[in-house]
Amino acid sequence: MEYIARKIPEGKKLLFMATCICDAFFDETAKAAVETLEYLGCEVDFPEGQTCCGQPAFNGGDWKASRKVVRHTLEVFKGVAPVVAPSGSCTAMLLHGAPLEFEEEEDLGKVQDLAGRSWELADYIVNCLGITEWKGSFPHKIAFHRSCHSRGSGSVAAARQLLSSINGLELVEFGEENQCCGFGGTFSVSFPNISAAMGQLKIDHVAATQPDFLVSADMGCLLHLGGIIDKAGKNLPRLHLAQILRDSLKNGGLL
Amino acid sequence: MKTYQEIDRHARDVNPDRQSAVYSVASALAEKRVNAFQRDYADPDRLRRLAGQIKQHTLEHLDHYLQMAETSFQENGAQVHFASDGTRCNQIVLDILKKNDCRKVVKSKSMLSEETELNGFLTEHGIDSVETDLGELIIQLDNDHPSHIIAPIIHKNRREVARCFDREGLGDYNDEPEVITRRARSYLRKQYMDADAGLTGANFVVAESGRISLVTNEGNARFCLAATRLHIVIVGIEKIIPGDRDLALFHNLIARSGTGQRLTVYNQFIGGPKAENQPHGPQQMHVVFVDNKRTEALASNCREILRCIRCGACQNICPVYRQATGFAYRGTYGGPVGSVLSPLLAGENFAQKADLPKASSLCGACRDVCPVDIPIPDLLLRLRDKGKRESSKKAGAGTPPMGIWAIMSTQPAAWKAALRLGYALNYPPTQAFPNPALQAWRSVRKFPPWRGGKFRRWMKDRKKSSE
Repeated sequence: MEYIARKIPEGKKLLFMATCICDAFFDETAKAAVETLEYLGCEVDFPEGQTCCGQPAFNGGDWKASRKVVRHTLEVFKGVAPVVAPSGSCTAMLLHGAPLEFEEEEDLGKVQDLAGRSWELADYIVNCLGITEWKGSFPHKIAFHRSCHSRGSGSVAAARQLLSSINGLELVEFGEENQCCGFGGTFSVSFPNISAAMGQLKIDHVAATQPDFLVSADMGCLLHLGGIIDKAGKNLPRLHLAQILRDSLKNGGLL
Repeated sequence: MKTYQEIDRHARDVNPDRQSAVYSVASALAEKRVNAFQRDYADPDRLRRLAGQIKQHTLEHLDHYLQMAETSFQENGAQVHFASDGTRCNQIVLDILKKNDCRKVVKSKSMLSEETELNGFLTEHGIDSVETDLGELIIQLDNDHPSHIIAPIIHKNRREVARCFDREGLGDYNDEPEVITRRARSYLRKQYMDADAGLTGANFVVAESGRISLVTNEGNARFCLAATRLHIVIVGIEKIIPGDRDLALFHNLIARSGTGQRLTVYNQFIGGPKAENQPHGPQQMHVVFVDNKRTEALASNCREILRCIRCGACQNICPVYRQATGFAYRGTYGGPVGSVLSPLLAGENFAQKADLPKASSLCGACRDVCPVDIPIPDLLLRLRDKGKRESSKKAGAGTPPMGIWAIMSTQPAAWKAALRLGYALNYPPTQAFPNPALQAWRSVRKFPPWRGGKFRRWMKDRKKSSE
């Protein structure tokens, strides 16, 4: 799949999109992303008016409601600075979803402009800042779940590149790695049986490798997988990619 | 657990052995596919894109190519018919058979004939129509339906097949695959010899040469034409490709995408009835082009689905299909392609099938394997939008209403208030609130602790301390 062409931004000023899921549940992830970006010398601006990217209604089929939220997001993130989010899914909404539901709208141009400066965290670090090796250390075994909404973008390769360069980090392979975890936004509540079966399959494959952490670049996947793991009373800790990047720096005494 | 969507209910209630059998066959086929592409091509995606462009071009000029195909077939001595819908298609086929005193038809696999329910129609009118693809034969004997585009009996095991053959007089119970196939073979040989007409679909129709291309692994399509007087082809109007040279690309793609083969075992190119200097073959060839809502699909914003070459790759890779299995999709086509095609082909009954596009986590695996580069998730999303606009109850079942969310998400003050209110979720009694989405979530998962607004405060403090 081809996304809208993006220009590599000049300078290190950026607009941080925390994502609604981090705003509500996972502040630790958003903090880690900010600390990581600031360590890299970025000037991180957090627009206070931000809410949600509009994806829940887009995926749920209510494009009219979704477009309202996207228009709000356009307003909040206006300007020329790149928008960086610790989520492949929210980024995919800006890159591909919003332009799709605005195809016949007058303000499509604005949506495309935002798409042209939207970056998922790892994609931004590797492909905008040109960083290919990550400093510090993280002496743990991790299973990295590639979130589906990163398909077709540079995010998966970028995340893998950063993770595999970390001192002491062991990246394990597990069965059916490329298969979806079953979250899918509103799908997870409208198709709970299928969603849970897909999630359980993912968890079984991951758990078989006995990793210290299950890692993803999307808290949506981890919210769903973590929910199943916790409901079963199993012990499989989860971390967002941003937390590993930050903790690696901390472990190396760099932060 | 309680669920509002039919496909999810089907997945919950499906026999676990059947589900795991479907899962393993589908994933084995998907793995063969990926190996075939990786082994043979440096950049398979370029081929998929090229094939998609060729089909899209043909669809956008379908009036031109359909006319070209008609002329070419006629020049080759074939007769061309056009059917606006399934009923018309069946009637045309029956009329041709009656006019030529045909009482028995041997037929090769055609999903279109499933769409038009041709076998049932012919039987009603006193014509004996026998399926010759092994899987389809078993389906016919069992009075069942195919549950997969290329593996029609993916939902059956060999014991069920052995019982069927026993019951239908093809031989006493024996579930050795070799015995089963031998029995089918000897049964079918007789059918081929007794038949008056051969009925096939077409994998591709070449406009420039008036040729159909058939791909099979059993050679049965070829046998259907070996001892019959008449050949009837029924084919959807979207199966046209411009030229013979395009076949090279499509043959390479369809075999690898469907079964991971480099080429299917039997590849036939039929351009008209038996020529005078040929010793054998049907004396008549009839090509029936069927619309059956395809023109409407072409006019819709989901027209890319008409590129589909029915390889089944999207079905095999789909994690939702693997859980739900084929019958969950309530139609001729299952899996992602069915979720797009069935609602479109339903025409004015769209609302009845509008839940199908919801049965996807939108993971995009189908898009990544499609040999004609159909952006299936985009089409699913467009149909979700259509389902909502047309207020389909089936589509909306179980999806949380988005009105309040949209209001909150466009007013930062309301959003911040909601971030505070969310803390109520940390108390078990609140979690028991009878909201369908909340309960669906909780039925299979735990909620993480609500920590609304904590990040915002941390950002503020950080800014203050740095000033």
